[in-house]
Amino acid sequence: MFWNEEIETMPRQDLEELQLKKLQKTVKRAFDKIPYYNKKYSEAEVFPEDIETLKDIEKLPFITKDDLRESYPFGLFAVDIDEIKELHSSSGTTGKPVVSGYTKKDIDTWAECIARGLKMMGLDETDIIQNTHGYGMFTGGFGVHYGSHKIGATIIPISTGQTRRQIEIMSDFGATCVIFTPSYGIHLGEVALEDGIDPKEFGIKAIGFGAEGWTEEIRRRVEEIFGTKAYNIYGLTELMGPGVGIECSAQKGLHIAEDIFYPEIIDPNTERVLGENTPGELVLTNLEREGMPVIRFRTKDLTKLTYEKCECGRTHARMSRITGRSDDMIKVKGVAIFPSQIEKALLRIGDVEPHYMIIVTRPGTLDEIEVKVEASQDIFFDGIKEMMAIQNKIEKSIENETGIRVKVTLVEPKTLPRFEGKAKRVIDERDLH
Amino acid sequence: MKIKQLSIFLQNRMGSLSKPLEVLTVANVNIKAMCMADTSEFGILRLVVDDPIKGKEALEENNFLVKITEIIAVEMNDSPGGLTTVLRVIKENLIDLEYLYAFSHEKEGKAILLLHADDIDRLIDILTGNNITMVPASEVYNL
Repeated sequence: MFWNEEIETMPRQDLEELQLKKLQKTVKRAFDKIPYYNKKYSEAEVFPEDIETLKDIEKLPFITKDDLRESYPFGLFAVDIDEIKELHSSSGTTGKPVVSGYTKKDIDTWAECIARGLKMMGLDETDIIQNTHGYGMFTGGFGVHYGSHKIGATIIPISTGQTRRQIEIMSDFGATCVIFTPSYGIHLGEVALEDGIDPKEFGIKAIGFGAEGWTEEIRRRVEEIFGTKAYNIYGLTELMGPGVGIECSAQKGLHIAEDIFYPEIIDPNTERVLGENTPGELVLTNLEREGMPVIRFRTKDLTKLTYEKCECGRTHARMSRITGRSDDMIKVKGVAIFPSQIEKALLRIGDVEPHYMIIVTRPGTLDEIEVKVEASQDIFFDGIKEMMAIQNKIEKSIENETGIRVKVTLVEPKTLPRFEGKAKRVIDERDLH
Repeated sequence: MKIKQLSIFLQNRMGSLSKPLEVLTVANVNIKAMCMADTSEFGILRLVVDDPIKGKEALEENNFLVKITEIIAVEMNDSPGGLTTVLRVIKENLIDLEYLYAFSHEKEGKAILLLHADDIDRLIDILTGNNITMVPASEVYNL
């Protein structure tokens, strides 16, 4: 099933022509309307008229999350605020958050991306979609919501949490599609089974996965529990939100809406653009966006691209499942966490920066984080009560900073491993990649 | 009068007690009394030794986290009711003890009780005011 067959199956040559036109327009608008790009491109001595082929995009400098942060809140908007109809912000990142602004047309483009994806998953106006992604500043909730409206399906905006209510609604309302993070999906399924309810009997037709890393084993497990196929959804707030890439029924990679986003893969160290089927860091460019065109954004997500026509008939590039990060970000319970946030939280407790280690595990189906902190003079007291209070205070501080509850363990000084050069702060034992 | 006790932070895992004790052995520091407060994850080892400063230095050189805490020692009768007599005085004067531990004295029929409270000076005042014998630090270190 297609939402926009003409575009989605467009011969690559035509698609690339379309991309070039849109890229030229986007670069010109950004250069003319956004001081950040004007300054940066002028300094690099590259100008809109230098973009004569798609390959010329490589002349343009990259933009990073830090650049977006420095432009907080509206510094990268290409339109007046009265044309911005919606604002979102990324969750749980260091320092200032990243703001994303959408015009009316941008929201429609977003809905278009999701609509294409929902069709890829075999859904239409007869379907009932239960969206367990959080509604709010997080883009997960609303993206799916708009896309569901676009295809005319029925959306249940239940948002995150209340597992037993989720199960009840799923069954009573007859949901035919559920959108969840893989780990929450497994949790939902297991709670249902514990209560003597077989999730296979819900009659779910498709599952949409998003917002965290997973393996093929996790996908198989979810598919087994719910007795249906699970499709990967990729996106990021900086560029739009979920829907940048969505898997089709072939489940052989995520189709990037290439008339809306221009993907590149680079070597994260040399920043050189790599060819097809070569793993590297994904770089994305908005081709349609009015409110906040982002050009050559370094996603830090590691993947690879293929341009081979898919068995579903679509010609748009496919990216593989994200296999890791080129920075030290970890995703836990769908929330992005940087070790620097833990550091910041720890610095609020004592005067000196303690040595610490983050251990991420998934003992059952849900992620757990343990932060091991080396005890030091300023957090050592001759009383169990005081020590428990310190442990608790650190846990609270980290929760305030990241939004995630963690377990803090105080360990003896100099017992955590030391590293030459860049410290390795995270041990991820979930085996997601 | 106050005794310098060593408080050592330890993780609660098999064998974690042996390392600090080895360090003290090598440094030739003798342990006079000890007690351990623990949770499932960590513990605080409290030691009275013959040379607290030397003990602390030796432990810190071996990366242990050590604090010197001041406690006091009193003499009590090594017979039934001996401990109760001392504790009754403390309770009647509404002092909240943080912890205590005891060991037997070389003096015939006497034992030594080690005490820690937040307001240690008030504890000393009350105990001496009630004719309870305090044991000087030098005596405890050299028992």
